[in-house]
Amino acid sequence: MDFSFTEEQTLLRNSVSKYLADKYDFETFKKISRSEAGWSKDNWKQFAELGLMAAPLPEEFGGLGGGPLDTMIVMEEFGRALVVEPFAQTVVVGGGFVKHGGTNAQKEEWLGKIAGGETAMAFAFAEAQGRYNFADLTTTAKKQGAGYVLNGAKAVVLGAPWADTLIVTARTAGGQRDAKGVSVFLVDKGAKGVTCRDYPTVDGLRASEITFENVEVPADALIGTADDGLKLIEQVTDEAIAAHCAEACGAMKSLLDTTVEYSKTRKQFGVPIGKFQVLQHRMVDMFINYEQSSSMALMVTLKLDESETERKKAASAAKVQIGKAGRFVGQNAVQVHGGMGMTDELNVGHYFKRLTMLDALYGNVDHHLKRYAQLS
Amino acid sequence: MDLTFSPEEEAFRQEVRAFIAEKMPEEIKGRTRRDFETKEDFLAWHKVLYKQGWVAPLWPKEYGGTGWNVTQRFIFNEECANAETPQVLPFGVAMCGPVIYTYGNEAQKKKFLPRILSGEDWWCQGYSEPGSGSDLASVKTRAVLNGDHYIVNGQKTWTTLAQYADWIFCLVRTNTDVKQQEGISFLLIDMKTPGITVKPIILMDGAHEVNEVFFDDVKVPVENRIGEENKGWTYAKFLLVHERSGIAGVARSKKAIDRLREIAAAETVDGEPLVKTDEFSRKLAQLQIDLTALEFTELRTLAQEAKGKHAGPESSILKIKGTEIQQRITELTVEAIGYYGYPYDRAFGDNEFPVGPDYALGQSGHYFNMRKASIYGGSNEIQRNIIAKAVLGL
Repeated sequence: MDFSFTEEQTLLRNSVSKYLADKYDFETFKKISRSEAGWSKDNWKQFAELGLMAAPLPEEFGGLGGGPLDTMIVMEEFGRALVVEPFAQTVVVGGGFVKHGGTNAQKEEWLGKIAGGETAMAFAFAEAQGRYNFADLTTTAKKQGAGYVLNGAKAVVLGAPWADTLIVTARTAGGQRDAKGVSVFLVDKGAKGVTCRDYPTVDGLRASEITFENVEVPADALIGTADDGLKLIEQVTDEAIAAHCAEACGAMKSLLDTTVEYSKTRKQFGVPIGKFQVLQHRMVDMFINYEQSSSMALMVTLKLDESETERKKAASAAKVQIGKAGRFVGQNAVQVHGGMGMTDELNVGHYFKRLTMLDALYGNVDHHLKRYAQLS
Repeated sequence: MDLTFSPEEEAFRQEVRAFIAEKMPEEIKGRTRRDFETKEDFLAWHKVLYKQGWVAPLWPKEYGGTGWNVTQRFIFNEECANAETPQVLPFGVAMCGPVIYTYGNEAQKKKFLPRILSGEDWWCQGYSEPGSGSDLASVKTRAVLNGDHYIVNGQKTWTTLAQYADWIFCLVRTNTDVKQQEGISFLLIDMKTPGITVKPIILMDGAHEVNEVFFDDVKVPVENRIGEENKGWTYAKFLLVHERSGIAGVARSKKAIDRLREIAAAETVDGEPLVKTDEFSRKLAQLQIDLTALEFTELRTLAQEAKGKHAGPESSILKIKGTEIQQRITELTVEAIGYYGYPYDRAFGDNEFPVGPDYALGQSGHYFNMRKASIYGGSNEIQRNIIAKAVLGL
């Protein structure tokens, strides 16, 4: 057994963390997040130049041949810096769909672009009625000639305002919640009939409500097998869960460090508040929550290539641990900081908000607890 | 022992209910603090109650109170909560007013009390400072006597709605040579006095409800001091323990759970209402059980007070459990709305249709904002210290 990182992986971490330390401090995050665009295209290009997008993608299609561990490293560092740019949506989700489900031609077309930072993607899967069930779809794709015609509406599509390309789930057959009959499409956001309503999210990102009205897409917009997309969606989103778990760990680590540091300097009743046992134990529990989460983030990352059942169990287990831990660490970081923790000025609230929303993404604690139980 | 209210009390309840039904403007029903934009919004309900003579049920009758007993006050609060009336801001009516009628002189009572009742003066609370939160007795804002006035220098923080305030009641240090608690005075300061600057603090949900207040050589007439110099801590403490019933917010939480239940009935999981799922229905049940326990703890406190016994330090339970339940409600609401917790409500203009279902709007922000409840009014850690020391004798 060996949990040590390779030299390449260590180099990757160092280069990401150095870049973020130089170019992505908390004030920069706020500036980027509150700018009109809400993200920095410049950073996006820089990330590509540093090889971050290429890192987990296959070598034969312009990647560097790494894997989930590289993604984990990048996302953990991104979590620490509250990075808003859509790495997970583009590289993990977009890249994942093409990698696992795409034809050779699609891989040729897309993976190089993703690695080069030439595209930003968003994953349009959620629907107002569907909650966390990927198969609960009212959006339809009907065969027309060689291609398809899409109709429907998608909710809270994270990163969509920045995306040029959407990955859209739609029903090609069967009833509203049937496992069979789900398909996945790559859709040009500029296509006729795509309407977006963009808005900021509470955790400093951007999202869109998207409607599709008779949107015509060619045959090669389909990724994977028609009607059989659910397995592919679950595989890719389990990988995305692993990535976001790493992101959450990064955010928790920052909160833990900030809180411990604050408790050493903030004095009340003549002593640093970190001397009070009740707060010491609270911070120890934050530490334990973080450590257990790190273990789970690593666990799921290492198990993504195992059998379908093992992979799903790993993803759900990690999501449960991290959802609970994120809430505990976030709430208590605010509490230990007192009023200061409530302010927009400090980074504490921003991490707390990001962690809160990460719990909902791809299914919250309840959803994954149930999924895990059903798989056991 | 008897759980029921007397026929007289039931009649009183009907009277209150009828009054609210008749007088509450429809457009303010169910509004929470964050829906208020202007001073007038905040004061709309206050003015209705003032007209009826019901704005300060707690005050002695001679100063404009209602003369209700503790049970009637409880019933009144419950009916207001059930009807989802706005809440009367506590700073003047529940905080400064009682200090003035208890410790102030005749001139102060005459000058300030009627204007608190009418809403003419908006009060804010100058207690916390950057270095004095839980350790309130360490306040450093300095007041130096200079003839017939004090010169005040220093800073207050977390001052709720100071942006609207006409007056601030302040704990200031008038003696630095004695034990902390013995060198504090209680001053009433006109916010229009030169040298006062109010600076907003934006909270993590984007709300501007608290402020920093700076004092730079602010002249305060000696006649605006409450009671004796250096006895301010006594008055401050009186205010902190004054009227703890109501602090639990049971009736308001009941209503909030009803709302949560409605949301969970509208949300679906695989086509079934969320409220019917095992996971969520159990969480709701647990919440309801916790609230029932708190309700009966509050009723026991109330029964004691009705017999003339003042609630002791045990009433810290009400603050701890009350705020924990309020926070849990907001937490479960965010769980209930799923992905529609994401949209940032403040980004949508007045004339703009927000995205997602109406009930989801602003719920995440409310959850983030309510983390303050376990921090303010003596943090829940401090409340536990109080119980440890004053109840358990540890």
